[in-house]
Amino acid sequence: MSELKVTESNLEKVDEVIRISGQNIYSCYQCGKCTSGCPSAGLMDIVPSQAMKFLQLGEVEKVSESNTPWVCLSCFICSVRCPKGIDIAAIMEALRLMKLRTNFDYVHPNKIQEEEREILPPIAFVSAFRKMTP
Amino acid sequence: MAEKPRIGVFVCHCGLNIAGVVDVKRVAEEAKKLDGVVFSTTYVFMCSEPGQKVVENAIKEHKLNGVVIANCSPSLHEKTFRNAAARAGLNPYRVEIANIREQVSWPHEHEPEIATRKAIAVVRATVERVKNNMTYIPYEVPVTKAVLIIGGGIAGIQAALDVADAGYEVYLVEKSPTIGGKMLFLSETFPTLDCPQCIETPKMTDVSQHPNIHLMTYSEVESVEGYLGNFNVKIKRKASYVDFDKCTGCTDCLRVCPVKAPNEFDRGLTKRGAIYMANEQAVPLVAVVDEKYCIEVNFQKRVKAGKVKPREKPVCSKCVEVCEADAINLLESNEKIVEVKVGAIIVATGFELMDMKKLPEYGGGEVPDVIDALAFERLLAPSGPTAGVPKRPSDGKIPKSVVFVSCAGSRDPEHGVAYCSRVCCMYLAKQAMLYKHAVPDGRAYNFYIDIRSNGKGYEEFVQRVREEGDLIYLRGKVSKIFRKGDKVVVWGADTLTGQKVEIETDLVVLATAMVPPPEIKKLAAKLRIPTDEYGWLSEAHLKLRPLETVTAGIFIAGAAQFPKDITDTVSQASGAAAKVLTMFSQPKLKREPIVAEVDTEICAGCGLCKEQCAYDAIRIDEKKNISVVNEALCEGCGACAAVCPSGAMRLRNLTKKQVIEMIEVLTENY
Repeated sequence: MSELKVTESNLEKVDEVIRISGQNIYSCYQCGKCTSGCPSAGLMDIVPSQAMKFLQLGEVEKVSESNTPWVCLSCFICSVRCPKGIDIAAIMEALRLMKLRTNFDYVHPNKIQEEEREILPPIAFVSAFRKMTP
Repeated sequence: MAEKPRIGVFVCHCGLNIAGVVDVKRVAEEAKKLDGVVFSTTYVFMCSEPGQKVVENAIKEHKLNGVVIANCSPSLHEKTFRNAAARAGLNPYRVEIANIREQVSWPHEHEPEIATRKAIAVVRATVERVKNNMTYIPYEVPVTKAVLIIGGGIAGIQAALDVADAGYEVYLVEKSPTIGGKMLFLSETFPTLDCPQCIETPKMTDVSQHPNIHLMTYSEVESVEGYLGNFNVKIKRKASYVDFDKCTGCTDCLRVCPVKAPNEFDRGLTKRGAIYMANEQAVPLVAVVDEKYCIEVNFQKRVKAGKVKPREKPVCSKCVEVCEADAINLLESNEKIVEVKVGAIIVATGFELMDMKKLPEYGGGEVPDVIDALAFERLLAPSGPTAGVPKRPSDGKIPKSVVFVSCAGSRDPEHGVAYCSRVCCMYLAKQAMLYKHAVPDGRAYNFYIDIRSNGKGYEEFVQRVREEGDLIYLRGKVSKIFRKGDKVVVWGADTLTGQKVEIETDLVVLATAMVPPPEIKKLAAKLRIPTDEYGWLSEAHLKLRPLETVTAGIFIAGAAQFPKDITDTVSQASGAAAKVLTMFSQPKLKREPIVAEVDTEICAGCGLCKEQCAYDAIRIDEKKNISVVNEALCEGCGACAAVCPSGAMRLRNLTKKQVIEMIEVLTENY
């Protein structure tokens, strides 16, 4: 169990996520329905419902440093099924945006392996650069 | 039973509850073979209307003089079948229940053959009992149409108004100087955010002005004697040293009193004088002198005890000097005992909060900025010591963050109480909302185990508080709270993220468990009513008789029974009032005749039975040297009959002969 310090400065970082996504993070009451329906939850460091809880406690960095926003497929199943009407996919998008705005490339053309380049369809490169680079 | 027994046996299927295990047909056939049984049958639901008709018709057709119903527990349907028998012209006390559900089919679910044999044995034993049952007629007792209500909180107030509005006299006894109870402490009430000043004080005024209500504040019940319909109650009007009839509530005396005592109404956060008024909304609006703190009263006591010599001038008479109404007399105690006669009693003694000192790991009583929730209510109340903007006790600063700790003592069988106090989740959400209204840039956190919000509008309220970001919820019980500089550190966890959590905060509010008031045990003993393992007053039946106690004529309402919110408390109070009014609507009250009786030929007056009786129903006639049973007080429990060494004391329709014959039948194969 790692330790978590809830501090005022951390909580202020959440306001940016709220502003960009337009979603009320505090609405979440931890029912877990987003995680149960997520097709890529099994590949995530932090599952969507836990990500929501971390955000409520001001741990923006913990979530945006994890693979979670990048593994997210933006399939919107979570957003459609959320009983409190939270667009969780929009929050994931906000987290990606915030990271990309620091001039961070999640995919770099030069770092893609030779064999991957051969088997992946061109559309995958297009969408990856669209979604995961500034 | 002098005449030849003509007994009918009625075996109930109870759907499949009994018939799914017990071969009910075989039970009925075996019963038919018994000596004295002239009729037996089975029916799918004997308690249904056609089922009762089967019993009624058989009684008439076969001229039955005894009935055995083999079905569920007598606490459920004994009355049903006794009434059915009465309709068919048979004395209801000739009917007995053989319990073949709770005691046969349910516990022996997987062994039908054994269950069937046991059912037959139980029926045979009950037939033996009924053979010796006698005819009895219920007693009639007169009823005094006045009610005593103990406790002047919102429960007592509501019950008093309901009974008084129906036209009957009410004696409302309250131990503190004002009515209003704990509700008056509150800032606002969830989920509607009504303030008690808006919704409770009008009711308090109604009580004080009602011609049928005798309001006795600063009073306690001294003793209770008598029985259903006829209680004699002695009430102690505590020494207040103030003539309530003369006091105008001008508050002049409060300003001059030199004594500083902790103010109960502000949970000790502020001070009051030795002469004080409970609060500005007190009803009645009068001052009282606290004996414990008044300089003059204590001096006079020492004079009376001969410890000091009397002085010509009083030691302190500041309040007496300023009182224009001449209402104060510190020289003489005005304690007195008042006697009243009532027909019924409603106990509405409410609750207390668990002492924070019992939670040392939470810094309770040690760290000044760890307070209980009622104290925080006072800090949030516009009429409170900080005029609604909370300031912390240690340095008077406005707290920029508050941590609310749920289940502080509740749901903790090891260190506190096992039950849930039921209102904390809701009032913490409300307190967080009011705190954010008062301190918009403040942060509020709540460590909880589960959020329980199962009332009308409750869940919506909690979600509103959550959505507005007024309260950050962390799912985990707090482990430790301690002081660090001018901050308070809370060690908790959030199990939803699997993280240990540490928060440095300005103020901690503990939602301490609701517990019974410490005096309740003594009062319950005076009233001869039982309490549960915690000290809450026991109801006669949790589901079906929640407002009655096992002692006839004594009812309970509000948190005296168990923690509950204002909505439930008011509903229960009106319910208890309705129970009392049902009693008062009858010219005479009927009492069960199944009570103890003494064979005066045998009784030696040893008094063992008197010691056993929980209802004070037995006295010893010194002249004749025998026990005498007061039939109106006796609840028919049988403790006296069991303890009687000579067999002189017996319980009607369950005599020693009957019991032994039942045992003989049940043990003949052993």
